[in-house]
Amino acid sequence: MSAALNTEAAPGPAAPLLEVREIEKTFPGVRALSGVSFDVRAGEVHALLGENGAGKSTLIKIVSGVYEPDAGSILVNGAKVEFSTPDDARRVGVATIYQELLLFPELSVAENIFLGHAPLAGAGRIDWRAMRAEAERLLEALEIDDLSPDQIVGALTVGNRQRVEILRALSHNARILIMDEPTAALTESDVTRLFDVVRRLKRRGVGIVYISHRLDEIFAIADRVTVLRDGAFVGAREVAETNAAELVHMMVGRRIDNLFPKTKAEIGAPVLEARDLVRRPLTKGVSLTVKAGEIVGLAGLVGSGRSELAQTLFGMTPAESGEIRLNGEIVRIDSPERARAKGIAYVPEDRGAQGLVRRMSVLHNFSLAALGALSHAGFIDRASERRMALEGVARFSVKTSSVDEVAGRLSGGNQQKIVLGKWLANNPKLLILDEPTRGIDVGAKAEIHRLMSQLAAEGVAILMISSELPEVLGMSDRVLVMREGRLVAEFDRAEATSQAVGTAMMGGASSAGRAA
Amino acid sequence: MTAAAITTAASARGAAFRRLIGQEALLAVAIIVLAIVVGFINPRFLATRNLSDILLGNAYIAIAAVGMSMVIISGNIDISVGALIGVLATVSGSLAVAGVPVIVAWLAALVIGVAVMAAQGAVIAYLRIPSIVVTLGMLSILKGGLISVTGGRWITDLPQNFHLADLSVFGAPMPVIIMVLATVLAALWMRHSPRGRAIYATGGNPEAARLCGVNPRRTVLMVFALHGFFAGLASLVYATQLRVIQSNTPQGLELTIITAAVVGGVSILGGVGTVVGSTLAAILIAEITSALVFINVSPYWTDALRGALILATVIADILRRQRRAAQGWKR
Repeated sequence: MSAALNTEAAPGPAAPLLEVREIEKTFPGVRALSGVSFDVRAGEVHALLGENGAGKSTLIKIVSGVYEPDAGSILVNGAKVEFSTPDDARRVGVATIYQELLLFPELSVAENIFLGHAPLAGAGRIDWRAMRAEAERLLEALEIDDLSPDQIVGALTVGNRQRVEILRALSHNARILIMDEPTAALTESDVTRLFDVVRRLKRRGVGIVYISHRLDEIFAIADRVTVLRDGAFVGAREVAETNAAELVHMMVGRRIDNLFPKTKAEIGAPVLEARDLVRRPLTKGVSLTVKAGEIVGLAGLVGSGRSELAQTLFGMTPAESGEIRLNGEIVRIDSPERARAKGIAYVPEDRGAQGLVRRMSVLHNFSLAALGALSHAGFIDRASERRMALEGVARFSVKTSSVDEVAGRLSGGNQQKIVLGKWLANNPKLLILDEPTRGIDVGAKAEIHRLMSQLAAEGVAILMISSELPEVLGMSDRVLVMREGRLVAEFDRAEATSQAVGTAMMGGASSAGRAA
Repeated sequence: MTAAAITTAASARGAAFRRLIGQEALLAVAIIVLAIVVGFINPRFLATRNLSDILLGNAYIAIAAVGMSMVIISGNIDISVGALIGVLATVSGSLAVAGVPVIVAWLAALVIGVAVMAAQGAVIAYLRIPSIVVTLGMLSILKGGLISVTGGRWITDLPQNFHLADLSVFGAPMPVIIMVLATVLAALWMRHSPRGRAIYATGGNPEAARLCGVNPRRTVLMVFALHGFFAGLASLVYATQLRVIQSNTPQGLELTIITAAVVGGVSILGGVGTVVGSTLAAILIAEITSALVFINVSPYWTDALRGALILATVIADILRRQRRAAQGWKR
């Protein structure tokens, strides 16, 4: 519709395939992008690098027509374009391959490739023979000989499915291909084959925007790299002229967050001692200790196995082998029920799906984890229940009209305070927090940090997972870094700098061979 | 907390209380207004005889709706209950006719009801098969099985003392006593016990419930077993009112029971509702059905009206939810 190519800027010979200029985008309460510029030339792989929340996803959603920018312009072949739907972007040759592949598992490779634009044989009939031939031609063009157009997509490996998505993009004559963390779920051999495909695409003059957390991949496949931080453009480099240290430095910067001054707590005896915990596929022999009064930050990229480790410690996915001691005593934790009985509390990553029963009242949410303790002879002591919830609301400064309010009507920050607060009725010894402040406003965040400090001061051992490096550095007495299912580094508060932790998270330049 | 904060909390508590009883109060008013209006058009509608017929003839629906409400609140549904009531009535009647002590005949209905529903609950909870599929299968098995086994024969010559529903205590007829007791006890249990609370939590968010130490599977199994008990009670009230037990039940019985639960304020999405509401709704639906006769509307309109009622309730529920969302229902 409004993919109107307008010719005010004449396409010069050196015009990049795709260029974005000074893009701005604000969501309610969040400035996602502030003046980001970026371009891709034909036959080039341009990597986008940045921490979680740096604005990479927002940027590619704007380029692929999912969001409309508040300000700034997009140029394709030097001509200004406006996308109001993903279809507009596709029509001028921009295709996006998301992390979650959008395929139809019951259909064949050829059907998936041509879904929505199948060759027709008149009267609206699909020309199956032409479709199959076209699919063969595409497979040959990318020298893929181990896929056939008739295979059912559901039976393919993730790597092969991804190649089907790439073929689908090519079938739309895509000139610009955006790949969002394409290797996140791939095995090593799949990665090699993906890179082969990417190189062939380059040779055909396709411009590729490549998003990845993995520095080694960027050095292996990209020509240029642009770094974003907090929604802003930090810099662009030729890959040949930079190194891992510089990129990490650009990504994490030197931000000091004084938002949450951590108070010092007395550190006591070990509360949690885990040894050689194994739970396939993402916990590969992890040993760690968390002491009373200590806040241990667990850093790592998404997919490094942090959340999986938390779930194993809490008994959701019990360990296959290894040993867990609580206060020196060996315990077997094979269910959340058991973990709770042993004094472990867990605030999950996904508040909506795992933390809160949004249709129940604040009161009932507060008491849900403590119903056993609140009951006598099979009935809930409603007075104690109400007292407990009122205390929790006061202590955690939950902003609600009353404890009878439906929990789902509160703001995200207040919901999170309830999720955190409901565990404290059980007086946990070990508190595991997975992304405790994701998606909540600054004020609520500071309050949650204040509570963490307070709990630590009371002698609770806290294990905190966070993707925000400033939060990890600001709150932790000790920082553990996880990568590919293992703990790879440990820093004391004094030595934990964003540079050091960031490098350990990325695997730095030392693991350029991509350790499996 | 400051005094002002406590005052606002108290008034908000009042608001929450009003919201909670909203559906029940609305139903109670509807029952009374409808009686007055229809009584105006045709005074015979208000005859004691008619009013007691409405209550006695439909108490079993309200009793079954108690269990159905629990099932729906837990995030499930059961469409086999109508057929099960038919089977239990036949089993109980046949035993009584065969000379088994009536107390055993009555207990058989309860025990088999619990067993059949618990089996379905186990399949739903532990094999994770959607309840609509499991209970649809059971519906066909029970319906087909009943006709095949009985060959469509009617059960007659029931012993005099089989008729539990004919008894009364202090002038109150047994069906009404059972209906009121079942509703009140279930309501108290749902509201005040940890297990009752677990049903709401399971229906509202099974994953969050699990992390809080609630066992959602065991909860679903328990809910179906209880539902089987209420279905057994319902079948007793139903069967012991009849002089002749046929091998079928009123057409669309399960839908009437589901309608009672939903019109009573139970959210079809789970997690919300009360059994007091479902009982009042069962009475209202029975009253509407009877009223149609008294104002000379073809009984064929009953089904259509019941359908309109369920759609109106669900649409009202969804609109309320969307309005809340518009007011800032946050994720």
